[in-house]
Amino acid sequence: MTKIFETRISRRAALGAGLATAGILAMPSILRAQDRSIKVGVYGGYFKDSFDKHIFPEFTKATGIAVESIAEPTGEAWLVQLEQAARAGQAPADLSMMSQVAMLKGQATELWTPLDTAKLKNAGNLLDQFVNKYPDGRVAGIGAVAWYITLVTNTDVYKDAPESWAALWDEANKDKLGLLALVSNSFLLEVTAKTFFGGTNALDTEEGQLKVFEKLAEVRPNVRLWYRDEAQFEQALKSGEIPMGQYYHDVTGLAAADGHPVRSTFPKEGGILDSGCWALSRASQKGEEAHIFIDYMCQPEIQAQLSRKVGTAPTVRRDLLDLTDEEFAAVSSEIDPIIPRYDLYTSKSDWLNQKWTEMIAG
Amino acid sequence: MRREPPRSLADYAPLAFPAIMLLVFFVIPFSTMIAVSFFRRDPAGFYSRDFIFDNYERFLSAFFGGVLGFSIMLAVIVAVVCVIIAFPFTWLLAQASRRVQIVWLVVILSILSLSEVIIGFAWTTLFSRTAGITNIFVWMGLMSEAQALSPNFGAVLTGMVYQALPYTVLVLYPAIVRLDPTLMEAARTLGSSPLRAFFNVVVPAMRSTIVATLIMVFVFALGSYLLPQMLGRPQHWTLSVLITDQAIYQSNMPFAAAMAVFLVLMSLAFVGLTLLVGARKGGEA
Repeated sequence: MTKIFETRISRRAALGAGLATAGILAMPSILRAQDRSIKVGVYGGYFKDSFDKHIFPEFTKATGIAVESIAEPTGEAWLVQLEQAARAGQAPADLSMMSQVAMLKGQATELWTPLDTAKLKNAGNLLDQFVNKYPDGRVAGIGAVAWYITLVTNTDVYKDAPESWAALWDEANKDKLGLLALVSNSFLLEVTAKTFFGGTNALDTEEGQLKVFEKLAEVRPNVRLWYRDEAQFEQALKSGEIPMGQYYHDVTGLAAADGHPVRSTFPKEGGILDSGCWALSRASQKGEEAHIFIDYMCQPEIQAQLSRKVGTAPTVRRDLLDLTDEEFAAVSSEIDPIIPRYDLYTSKSDWLNQKWTEMIAG
Repeated sequence: MRREPPRSLADYAPLAFPAIMLLVFFVIPFSTMIAVSFFRRDPAGFYSRDFIFDNYERFLSAFFGGVLGFSIMLAVIVAVVCVIIAFPFTWLLAQASRRVQIVWLVVILSILSLSEVIIGFAWTTLFSRTAGITNIFVWMGLMSEAQALSPNFGAVLTGMVYQALPYTVLVLYPAIVRLDPTLMEAARTLGSSPLRAFFNVVVPAMRSTIVATLIMVFVFALGSYLLPQMLGRPQHWTLSVLITDQAIYQSNMPFAAAMAVFLVLMSLAFVGLTLLVGARKGGEA
């Protein structure tokens, strides 16, 4: 019964957000007052704060375009809002930072305005995997930021850093791991495939996926916590309560810098490289400004700035960056990363989710 | 005061406000949820209007049956444990002086001000190996080595009982305070021991209150989704946890709605059954 009330609250929150958005849209006078402006959606919290502080003011100074930043929720809630607003011809944000799965889902409904790379002279700097394309080759999104999920350990408990993801399977680590609880954010299928089956291509067929699931199921006795809430694992890792697991490389680095006994290791199979793209809603009227913004963000200096100030991995080639080896190592690695099979999470999401839940709860 | 039956339409007017509230905050959202549970899920997008039974079909499996069974069992155990602890406690509280009662009630009310997240984090710390209560036992010489007490079923149960206990006491309190003290005196005069009088006089006299409390705690515990996640292993996750996963992380609203409808129906059936059994016993007495 409590569930009903919760549904009600979230509905109210959604209504409230809707009204707030409508309120913003109903005030075009403010937007007109500034000559040129753009609304940019970034993940709320740490990301938005860092962008507001270090990136957006510099952009406005350089181009004269004012930025109104919008806090967007992670997960797919923002995609749904953008989609429904676009149907009504509205854009709650012109540009948004979108996860890869959300990019693919948006492609299915032509939500993203194709970007013109001729207007993006800096886009050539990008690594290939950070250009998100429609099946017919049009560019749907450009890499905004990237981050790694790596193997993390408590240095008091593990004197030596583990070298391979295979450490998760080691019987000596019984009941010592903290792993992400969902198939679509832990990317452990990809880790298993790369570690034991030669690469993520092993996930191409259903037969291969089942084999990977079987191998992954062996890790269960070692897992003490399947976490959805990052704070829960971070706390346990710092105290040594749960001394090993998967976690974000950037945040672990910050914690280590604060003196906590934690370390983040890039295993020899590579860290998991996840990323967000800049994508332009088809309802937006600010195509010109959006291209200028994306182009600005693709400059090596800005990417280096993001690595230093926000802790994200650069989306442009290493040789273009002025990051020192130490600065680069703090956010990234030369080891070939594990790139998640985002395609699977759109084409087979329900099946994978069902198998996953049965595997961990079974 | 004499009550008169309402005569004109205006006499019914005071009913309008609760009726509107019920409509806006219960009937409409609940109907929306039922409607959505029949919609078609689009894995590459969101959902489209339709009338299909796929979402219910998916739920009808051994796996979800097991999760539903576990959720109900957990809620029943929480309800029973809460009443077993709270009933004697509230009874003793009602015997105490006014001042003592007020202090206790304020303490209990203050527990209600804690959010589920705080309760969850507090218990994870208390149950941890590095900072938990076992360290005190080691210091007292009762244990040789500190150990983790969570995640397991006992931890989930402890957390949920802790959370539901204040409600239980507050629901029992008014009825127990109003219980005629002469009942107990009569039993004692007729030679019954205090314990026997409590079980043979007080408990039967409070039967309907106890049943109502059990139902309330059961329904309250059934919706819990944070504590099973924080204090339990995946096999201790309730159906509410899976509903949250589907709704928030998979954006599969139709399936989440179907599961929620199932949960509501099962809990209504359970409440009905309890009332039925209670009524029959009442008839025999």
